[in-house]
Amino acid sequence: MVIKVLGSGCSNCQKLEALAEKAVAQLGIDAEIIEVKDIPEIMAYGVMSTPALVIDEQLKLAGRVPSLDEVVHILEAAK
Amino acid sequence: MDPFYPLQLLSDWLTYTVFGLSPTSKLGLSVDFFLFDVPKVLILLAVVIFFVAIIRSFFPPEKTRKYLSHSRLYAGNIAAALLGIVTPFCSCSAVPLFIGFVESGVPLGVTFSFLVASPMINEVAIILLFGLFGWKITALYIVSGLFIAITSGIIIGKLGLESWVEEYVYQIRMGEAGELPQQTWPEKFAYARGYVKEIVGKVWPYVVAGIGIGAVMHGYIPNDFLVKYAGPSNPFAVPIAVLIGVPLYSNAAGVIPLVSVLVEKGMAMGTVLAFMMAVVGLSLPEAIILRKVLKPKLIAVYFGVNAVGIIAIGYLFNWVLH
Repeated sequence: MVIKVLGSGCSNCQKLEALAEKAVAQLGIDAEIIEVKDIPEIMAYGVMSTPALVIDEQLKLAGRVPSLDEVVHILEAAK
Repeated sequence: MDPFYPLQLLSDWLTYTVFGLSPTSKLGLSVDFFLFDVPKVLILLAVVIFFVAIIRSFFPPEKTRKYLSHSRLYAGNIAAALLGIVTPFCSCSAVPLFIGFVESGVPLGVTFSFLVASPMINEVAIILLFGLFGWKITALYIVSGLFIAITSGIIIGKLGLESWVEEYVYQIRMGEAGELPQQTWPEKFAYARGYVKEIVGKVWPYVVAGIGIGAVMHGYIPNDFLVKYAGPSNPFAVPIAVLIGVPLYSNAAGVIPLVSVLVEKGMAMGTVLAFMMAVVGLSLPEAIILRKVLKPKLIAVYFGVNAVGIIAIGYLFNWVLH
């Protein structure tokens, strides 16, 4: 599974990345987490508000920092 | 009945009975003010931010963009300013938001109406104004903010400054986001609780400090002390207040409790409104972030039109409310 965290490096984006790492550890799945900071690349996902979460090239969440539970649910559903 | 009346009883009891301070002493007045205002403002913040977070979950920027694309001058500006109030937006998303708007055909002037309204009419400022000044001043503030956002967007639109946007913005092609999974109600509530924790956790030291300074002034500085310096008769008070407000960006939480005391001591209401708008609406960090998509000339126009609008509102209300 490839998890991308889209954002310009702001504090909320770092929070989302930390949450994604935690969720991956909790579920014990094999996943690669990539930070995407390049604006044109972020826009290519149709995202206007960061941070955003993309799993296997599918946008799952944009514009807010979710709870850990929510990230876990999203990852489980995408497995 | 004032819902905060029990809180007033509690702070009176603590100050005058438990601490044994005299209700006519300066220290007594200051302590009572502090003990009443700190919990009142924090409770207001927590309650309103919770509901704001829920309301905002219905207005993601992707939806706002759809409403505004190919909108026209005037009607588009009004819609953009109103949507600016409810669309969640942090200055760190300013760049993708701006590109997203421009790419989907939202006119430049309409985009600016959104960019001006969004930080200026912010929930923390509105709550604090309501709690400390009442609904009339809050309404004045919102209407003035909308007016500035709409007119500055119209002016920028009329000037036809599209070439002052960085060229690469027009080359970016946005992908289709598709349908995002819907947030369930429990998720919305969990998110709203987290948001309250985040915002209140961030602003409470400013609120306490602002009210603390305000409390000292409330007790120790004579009323009408500021009339001479910041009253309606000083023509320079408004621009000076705006200049002081710019570097205080985003500290609305600390500034507004302080401002309520400045009013009590004789600062003119128009000057106060201009000051608060400058604090939340003229943000240097946002200008720096927007530099990625706007040429310096356009940033200067954006800031200039905004500042002139704020100063004009200040003079207008000093004149009308006098």
